[in-house]
Amino acid sequence: MRNGPSDSDLEGALRVRVDDEAAERAAERTAARALDEGLADVAYATVDSPIGRLLVASTERGLVRVSFHTEQHEDVLNELVVRISPRVLEAPARLDEVRRELEEYFDGRRKRFELALDWQLSRGFRAEVLRKLYENVPYGETASYAEMAADAGRPRAYRAAGSAMGSNPMPVVVPCHRVLATGGGLGGYGGGLDMKRFLLRLEGVLAE
Amino acid sequence: MDEHRSEVLGFLRAMVGSDEAEDCFQETFLSALRAYPRAEAGNVRAWLFTIARRKAIDHHRADARRPTPAGEPEAVADGLISSGGRDLDGEVWAHVAGLPNKQRAAIALRFVADLRYREIGSALDCSEAAARRSVHDGLRNLRGAVVQPTGRGPR
Repeated sequence: MRNGPSDSDLEGALRVRVDDEAAERAAERTAARALDEGLADVAYATVDSPIGRLLVASTERGLVRVSFHTEQHEDVLNELVVRISPRVLEAPARLDEVRRELEEYFDGRRKRFELALDWQLSRGFRAEVLRKLYENVPYGETASYAEMAADAGRPRAYRAAGSAMGSNPMPVVVPCHRVLATGGGLGGYGGGLDMKRFLLRLEGVLAE
Repeated sequence: MDEHRSEVLGFLRAMVGSDEAEDCFQETFLSALRAYPRAEAGNVRAWLFTIARRKAIDHHRADARRPTPAGEPEAVADGLISSGGRDLDGEVWAHVAGLPNKQRAAIALRFVADLRYREIGSALDCSEAAARRSVHDGLRNLRGAVVQPTGRGPR
């Protein structure tokens, strides 16, 4: 009489999985349909850049978030779920324009972003400071925290202006790397000072 | 939900074969997205598999109404990667396709999707004990089936 397979052989044969790429492709096609049906509120993608992999996210209104590899992407996605909507989907095609402008910027071919922005992750004075920064401090120029505070209408609130920079939901695009300490020191940067130096060199503010 | 996509696709391949699994996969996630803001999702994973199971059942029903029966068993293991057993795989999966539907689902949820018995119970709409029983019965049937005289069973 023949014996059946041992339990561990049988269970081993049953423990199968699909390769992640197949699942990723299926998810991408699903995301396209979901977007067409208006089922997603936030689309995100990752973009490779000289300062590491960026996660970019947008809503119907425009770009809403850029994050560095120094932030866990998982944490950023959770933040989007909590603060915007649980309907967050990976949908690279929806971020094509963002990816293209970022690539041009890092190649030195783009001095100004022309993306629609969704400011909903910033509130109050912080939002005010960041909008002024976006509008008034162009490529290759810098401002101090104190100047940013004054520009937003509260000249003495330079500390608050500093924390506004730290809260910037769209770094690189909203150029908080152009804001320096009053004495000309680098100040701080969410992604680390090496990143800030890299961006300032790219824009010709710092020598190569 | 994204983090469960490989398991959901694996489960669906085990339930309806790899050709049809993608349709069911899309339907599963679209349904989940439609329901999400309102759904009281205690355990998102178990809830996703509840939906996936329903889509697989809908698929079988639609299939049964079609005049020509769609090709089945052998395709089941296609697109599934073994993480343990070797040449036994294809044969075992052909037999899984022949199990009663609930046992087939229980086996796929347990071994492909790696769910806990409590989650299997909620996906199959039964108690944890009943889920455990379905997996157990499925395994027993498979052990019996794999040695049936196909000439390919282990000596």
